[in-house]
Amino acid sequence: MSEVKEKIVSTVDAGTTREVVVRLRDLYKSFGDNKVLNGFNMVLHKGENLVVMGKSGSGKSVMIKCLVGLMSPDSGIVEVLGKNIVTMDQEDLDELRSDIGFLFQGSALYDSMTVRENLEFPMRRHKGRFKGVNDTLPLVREALENVGLAHTMDLMPEELSGGMKRRVALARAIILKPKLILYDEPTSGLDPITAKEIIGLMRSIQKKYGTSALIITHDVDCARVISERMVLLVDGINYAEGTYEELVAATDPKINAFFKK
Amino acid sequence: MRPNKDLGMAFTVQIIHKTKEFFIEIGDLSYFAIRFFKQAVRPPFEFKELLKQCYQVGNRSLLLVMATGFIIGLVLTLQTRPTLIEFGAVSWMPNMVGISIVREVGPVITALICSGRIASGFGAELGSMRVTEQIDAMEVSGTNPFKYLVVTRILAATLMLPLLVIFGDLIALFGSSLVEFTKGNVSFRLYFNTVFEALSYGDLVPATIKSFFFGFVIGLTGCYKGYNTGRGTAGVGIAANTAVVMASLLLFVVDFIAVFVSDIFYEL
Repeated sequence: MSEVKEKIVSTVDAGTTREVVVRLRDLYKSFGDNKVLNGFNMVLHKGENLVVMGKSGSGKSVMIKCLVGLMSPDSGIVEVLGKNIVTMDQEDLDELRSDIGFLFQGSALYDSMTVRENLEFPMRRHKGRFKGVNDTLPLVREALENVGLAHTMDLMPEELSGGMKRRVALARAIILKPKLILYDEPTSGLDPITAKEIIGLMRSIQKKYGTSALIITHDVDCARVISERMVLLVDGINYAEGTYEELVAATDPKINAFFKK
Repeated sequence: MRPNKDLGMAFTVQIIHKTKEFFIEIGDLSYFAIRFFKQAVRPPFEFKELLKQCYQVGNRSLLLVMATGFIIGLVLTLQTRPTLIEFGAVSWMPNMVGISIVREVGPVITALICSGRIASGFGAELGSMRVTEQIDAMEVSGTNPFKYLVVTRILAATLMLPLLVIFGDLIALFGSSLVEFTKGNVSFRLYFNTVFEALSYGDLVPATIKSFFFGFVIGLTGCYKGYNTGRGTAGVGIAANTAVVMASLLLFVVDFIAVFVSDIFYEL
């Protein structure tokens, strides 16, 4: 175990007073003989921006999918907003999901729907949250204005550029005003300028709504700008944890491999 | 001798492997069908999406079914005519064409055309949604994607196929009557009167019932292949392709069972 991990884990376990939003404990997940998660542990605090970095195929996406109930872990505890989602029934899970926004790697906008319909879609199952709001248009407009795309409401996803799609997907992720936003490779496949814009939007959204964010990425620049704390996922475990500066300064070759220019 | 023995062994292993794969596929498909029935009766019901899918399946396949039906009617009559003339039985033409189209040719041809159009469409659409994580996004937003995407599509195919078969049958009979009108001076009125006199409930009811099953099989296989697509764009193509092959094969199995059961009830 690296020095950095030893140091940071001790501060987490010592117990900060901040409320815990996500807690993953001893998470195991295999696909046949391929052990992807091998006892992964992680804690995300309220209002925190936590970046999880790992190589391609290291299990970052599997971890985030376990976190939102899209995959079941082989064993371990997945606690989100105080509830263990592994033992939760489908109805409660759907209810909990209204407090979680998810930005997918490829945006995952519904091809057959307009931008407005894409944003209205998450609301159809959570009407109870919007009592008194008959018209969804103001909410859609507000979400789109947050990402600077109010004019695209009636466009189809195919008419948008890659960066615009990502911004619309971000608007869809925040439409229910979630307490937690999960970002799966938010800047992958984007040019540096657009990636910078997306990072800026992520920060402004967190500032505006006070959300907690878990960001999965292998983009070091993204991690440097947005992270308050980082977890390095290596060989299925949380190999190292710390701030960006702490990890960059580490001497462990496995940690250094992430930050080599 | 040795290479032949090895070849024989390899062939046997291959056969066993393929047979095992086949039964696993049938098991998975059956589980998918059971899941459909469970989800179809549980609220909330996605009526709006069901109507949209009915429009997509019905309206967009109508022209293709009508064109195919018309050509089948023409060809069947043109090819049968010389033989019936030879036996002095040309006046039986409307009876023969009517019964064969309504009982068998109409439903089977329409179902095969629709399996190419609908099953591959469902396979490609759902496969593409799976690969681009749209199905995951739906699930994360609290919507049951199986109910929203699969149940509505299977129901739409099941409800629309009998209507398409009826349209296809009528157009095929019109094509046939056109040949009789031009070659045999048989009026349209006389032709259709003869056809409807020849048809009984024993012809219409089983054909309509089996059309529902054809629609169900087409919807089920298309959605099954699309929903379970492997990752990657190649998976989408494979899903669309295998959906058509599987649907076409199952249509003949269902047709055989339908004819067998009809025979018991109506003594065809």
